[in-house]
Amino acid sequence: MKDYVLRRIAVLPPTLFFASLLVFFSIRLIPGDVIDLMLAQNDVASSADRESLRAALGLDRPIWEQYFIWAGKALTGDLGSSLWQNAPVSSLLLQRLPVTLELGFLALIVSVTVGIAIGVFSAVRQDTAADYVLRSFSLLMLSIPGFWLGTLVMVFPSVWWRWSPELEFSPFFADPLRNLGHILPPAILLGLALSAVTMRMTRTMMLEVMRQDYIRTARAKGLKEGAVVFRHALRNSLIPVVTVIGLQAPLMFGGAVILEQIFALPGMGSLLLEAVFQRDYPIVSGVFLVVGVSVLVINLIVDLAYGYLDPRVRRS
Amino acid sequence: MTMASASSPISPPESGAMTRRSRPVRDFLVRLVRDKPLGAAGAGVFLFFALAALFAGVLAPYGVNETSLYRRLQAPSWAFPFGTDHLGRDMLSRILIGGQLSMTVAVLTSGLATLVSLAIGMTAGYFGGRVDMVTQRFVDAWMIFPDLILLVVVISVLGPGVPQIIIVLGLLYGIGGSRIVRGAVMSIRENTYTRAAQTIGATSFHILWRHILPNIAPVVILLFTSRIGAVILAEAGLSFLGLGVPPPAPTWGGMLSGAGRSYMYVAPWLAVIPGLCLTLVVFSINVFGDALRDLLDPRMRGTR
Repeated sequence: MKDYVLRRIAVLPPTLFFASLLVFFSIRLIPGDVIDLMLAQNDVASSADRESLRAALGLDRPIWEQYFIWAGKALTGDLGSSLWQNAPVSSLLLQRLPVTLELGFLALIVSVTVGIAIGVFSAVRQDTAADYVLRSFSLLMLSIPGFWLGTLVMVFPSVWWRWSPELEFSPFFADPLRNLGHILPPAILLGLALSAVTMRMTRTMMLEVMRQDYIRTARAKGLKEGAVVFRHALRNSLIPVVTVIGLQAPLMFGGAVILEQIFALPGMGSLLLEAVFQRDYPIVSGVFLVVGVSVLVINLIVDLAYGYLDPRVRRS
Repeated sequence: MTMASASSPISPPESGAMTRRSRPVRDFLVRLVRDKPLGAAGAGVFLFFALAALFAGVLAPYGVNETSLYRRLQAPSWAFPFGTDHLGRDMLSRILIGGQLSMTVAVLTSGLATLVSLAIGMTAGYFGGRVDMVTQRFVDAWMIFPDLILLVVVISVLGPGVPQIIIVLGLLYGIGGSRIVRGAVMSIRENTYTRAAQTIGATSFHILWRHILPNIAPVVILLFTSRIGAVILAEAGLSFLGLGVPPPAPTWGGMLSGAGRSYMYVAPWLAVIPGLCLTLVVFSINVFGDALRDLLDPRMRGTR
């Protein structure tokens, strides 16, 4: 187990290094550079302004030097300042991250509950009508564009039942009920969309485990079907399913961009979009980096949990 | 493992057929229809949309950008089966041509992604060792970024356009998918026929091309189909955010998000019909992909 944990942690720095290169250079793709874009909105800027701004942002140095300065600061939590708002990027991110994490966490609960339930059921009743219907439902939720379903959820209930989701955000600790009323609808949509992945994995694992000899033994010694399925099969099937949660992490952040937009949630996704439309590149790269690091951390936790849950890894 | 040899262990030997000809495609279709009716139906629906997209130019009854203020926001009728939009443009024509665009982007992106997966996965899987170690950290780094966020960032920098979407998604999905190719290559590398080829002095390229590539064909087919739905959805999402293919090009995502959303109450067909088409296409290819996964490759089970 100790070896496993160490090995898992040892791969983090190189991954983080590559990821930071990706974040840094994707922003530097800009033809011309940030300065031209910043000053495009400002007609009175002279070329002297341009040079001083360039020097202030450190853009006159060689690109590698710029990268190391940026990465060094990022490691200490300094992600620069917003170009338009007079605030450090890190504090803007800290305001927005909890909203997205809450959305993602609730979505995860929905997706795991629905995914495992459908997965188990459709494995036990393999190739029955119920199996087809439930699996199709799960795949359908994966196939519907989130923004379309989100819009329908916003519009039709308000027409039919005069009900509409909250649009004014209130933090969880200020008003938990209002907060959940706001976040739950998008979280359910996101969770249902992600459930297909969990469902597929649970079903495959269940089908595989149900064919094992120890399941036949359990049945042969007269255990009730429920005990066979839940105590013997499900427990062994769920271990690999844990890893799916790690795979879902990027999907969750991606889906959040759209759902936050529709349901007016002040999370990372809406911060990213605001920044993109204002061409506020420090924020764009800040969000990009923080999302990447969050996914990396979630994956690490998932892998460690997997190592702990799987006795073959734990005892090695 | 070609598709023909994969099916032969379970299909009974044909009586009197001394020389059984290998018909991989036909055998596969028979198995698909017999064992996976749902998947076969998905393939049928997708094919229908693909053909409609292919012949969109011939099928579209009106010009895509033919506006008329006299026929704004008309409900579906015989003359306009899917109604007209806020500029009086025929929705059926726009959906057909839009489908062509969505499908083209999806197929090109999936194609690029598959090539990237093959290039990275085959190199890393075959050579292993240090090459593999470095490559895998690089792949890890790409895989932590959500497709939509990477797209938004790159497009915010380069501006919207079809090539950007194809290249960004092609790279992202391709690098992610290289894991699966790598896994498949690693298991084949250890086979005796690969060793034999190495012993008689075949070059690495020859082995990869002649011995390994044909054997990972099922994995490659799966990778290709499994990305198509994701690309269509990502493109639509991008249009919703206002960063997709710029108007007046008729994309399904654009139709859903622009006029479709603004006229939701007065003209619900504007948002409902493109949304249904999009969902149906993505759903059918996903159902087909699922069936394919079960049929083609038992080793794919549980892989990432």
